[in-house]
Amino acid sequence: MSNKVRSFLTMLGIVIGVAAVIIIISIGNGAQSLILDQLKSFGKDLVIVLPGNSDEGPPSEAMGITITTLKYNDAEALSKPNNVANVKAVVAYYQTSANVIWRGNSYETAINGVTANYFDVEDSSIDKGRFFTNEEVNSAAHVAVLGSVVVDELFGDVDPIGQRLRIKNQTVEVIGVLKSRGKVGMQDYDDQILVPVVFAQKMIAGVDYLSSIRVKLVPNADADRAVLEIEETLREQHNILKKEDDDFSVHSFQDVLDTITRITNTINYFLATMAGLSLVVGGIGIMNIMLVSVTERTREIGLRKAIGATNGQILRQFLLESVCLTLIGGSIGIISGILISYLAAVVAHLLRYQWDFVISIPALLIAVLISIAIGIIFGLYPARRASNLEPVDALRYE
Amino acid sequence: MADYPLIDVRHLNKIYDNEGVITQVLFDINLKIKSGEFVSIMGPSGSGKSTLMHILGLLDRPTSGEYFFNGHNINELSDNQLANLRNQSIGFVFQSFNLLPRTTVLDNVKLPLLYSRDKRKMDERAREVLENIGLGHRLYYLSNQISGGEKQRVAIARALVNNPQVIFADEPTGNLDSKSGIQVMQILQALNDKGTTIILVTHETFTAEHAQRIVKIYDGRLVSDEPVVNRRIAKENEFLK
Repeated sequence: MSNKVRSFLTMLGIVIGVAAVIIIISIGNGAQSLILDQLKSFGKDLVIVLPGNSDEGPPSEAMGITITTLKYNDAEALSKPNNVANVKAVVAYYQTSANVIWRGNSYETAINGVTANYFDVEDSSIDKGRFFTNEEVNSAAHVAVLGSVVVDELFGDVDPIGQRLRIKNQTVEVIGVLKSRGKVGMQDYDDQILVPVVFAQKMIAGVDYLSSIRVKLVPNADADRAVLEIEETLREQHNILKKEDDDFSVHSFQDVLDTITRITNTINYFLATMAGLSLVVGGIGIMNIMLVSVTERTREIGLRKAIGATNGQILRQFLLESVCLTLIGGSIGIISGILISYLAAVVAHLLRYQWDFVISIPALLIAVLISIAIGIIFGLYPARRASNLEPVDALRYE
Repeated sequence: MADYPLIDVRHLNKIYDNEGVITQVLFDINLKIKSGEFVSIMGPSGSGKSTLMHILGLLDRPTSGEYFFNGHNINELSDNQLANLRNQSIGFVFQSFNLLPRTTVLDNVKLPLLYSRDKRKMDERAREVLENIGLGHRLYYLSNQISGGEKQRVAIARALVNNPQVIFADEPTGNLDSKSGIQVMQILQALNDKGTTIILVTHETFTAEHAQRIVKIYDGRLVSDEPVVNRRIAKENEFLK
């Protein structure tokens, strides 16, 4: 019985190490998929234009600087087919936030000014009512489309369509409600109000610049060529001659995906390596207990040799025992790792994240192989000690 | 029967070198034991009789001198070849039984078969030996659930399972009450009657006199080698069929 407790405690190092590796790989994959999957599904054929030159170091917004170089007529220029070929839609964005009030209820939320073709670039749709039209965008109409969280916060059970809200000192009419979409990455698409971009610029913020422009290309268009054409169009718009002087930056969505994938992969590998270190600690625990076991069983080893066991057979027996320990520990680690990863996925879903529960089969195989390898590596020294015992000395051992 | 002795030791010396402290344990031992003999090796503790038994049983090697076991010069055999000889030709019975704890009687007896080349019908062979020795009803008992006398009989069964030519018994009755001790001697004599060579190491004259011949060791030297005049016969046994 005490041996079972001891074996279990010994295996615990391997259990925790393997579980940690599985959990980190699974949660890492889940987080990665959370960021990437939805971007991918709609982000294909998408080109993003941001103000400021991307080669100038950290994003300017992070430094508290607003760059005002991107204008609404830039977006109009990009929509012209003789400037940029294969464009399906160009959506202009102005993003801010404000306190909105309805009948004494007030709620702070994101105010996104967009153009009427918003649904061409966003994976979203109308649940109730309607979206605003081109004419309403151009005339800076006082209309708004609400995310479901905003509806819940402000209106409760009241039908919001046709109600009038106050945003800053403007009154807007609610004309539609977005279908609930959940959080994508760090952004909650249900916690926002969409208004015509011109209205957001002029009436709410009193500015004339854009936060970004998104260009959706026709399916399978050449994104690299589109990026070049967009850059040339904007240089012409901004009277810029050299690429170094650009006051904007253009990113094909594939670039963004590659960058994010690279960063998240690096983080995942780093974390998995740290977790893997605990496996080494677990292996040392195995070696320690195997050495104790060899000492305790010296007489048994002597007897086995007396009745004809060769050194090789004793070596294999003890190696097998340590591999069994690590393999059982590894299996328990795999099972608990999967369970904990699954729980994490369940919690993420409860928090309205679109989280994939990913268990990679290669990761499981690697975990099993590592368990076996640890059993062999850290079992080899104790097993050699056992096999090299002289039968006479072993039999006499008290 | 072979025309050479089963055991043939010539000018055997054993010297231990324990971190520079040199101790000679056996001095110029010459000994021949024929197949089918029952020999007691007697001597007080520290006399070297156990060391001699270990060398004769191929558990240890002489420092100098020659030892032919069944015609093999053991100086020319590798450790693995010695292990194989121990497995196939030699059985050991120890004072302290040396059974594997938390393991059934049957599995203990099967142990030598696991290291044998012939792994056919291991359960049947182990069971047969146990039944012959009167332990057919204890097959699935754990080795720590049976009495001392039964433990030693299990150890004898383990020694017998590969049909060895010789059994080395090192103080086999030392840890037993007299009744169990007599049973063990009965079994050893019965085995000897069927042709198995028995080499018994003991310091008790009473036990030693169950053999046909007594070899006395004193301070590492062979001091006498004589037949037993009035050989003791352990009383009629009901344990061996």
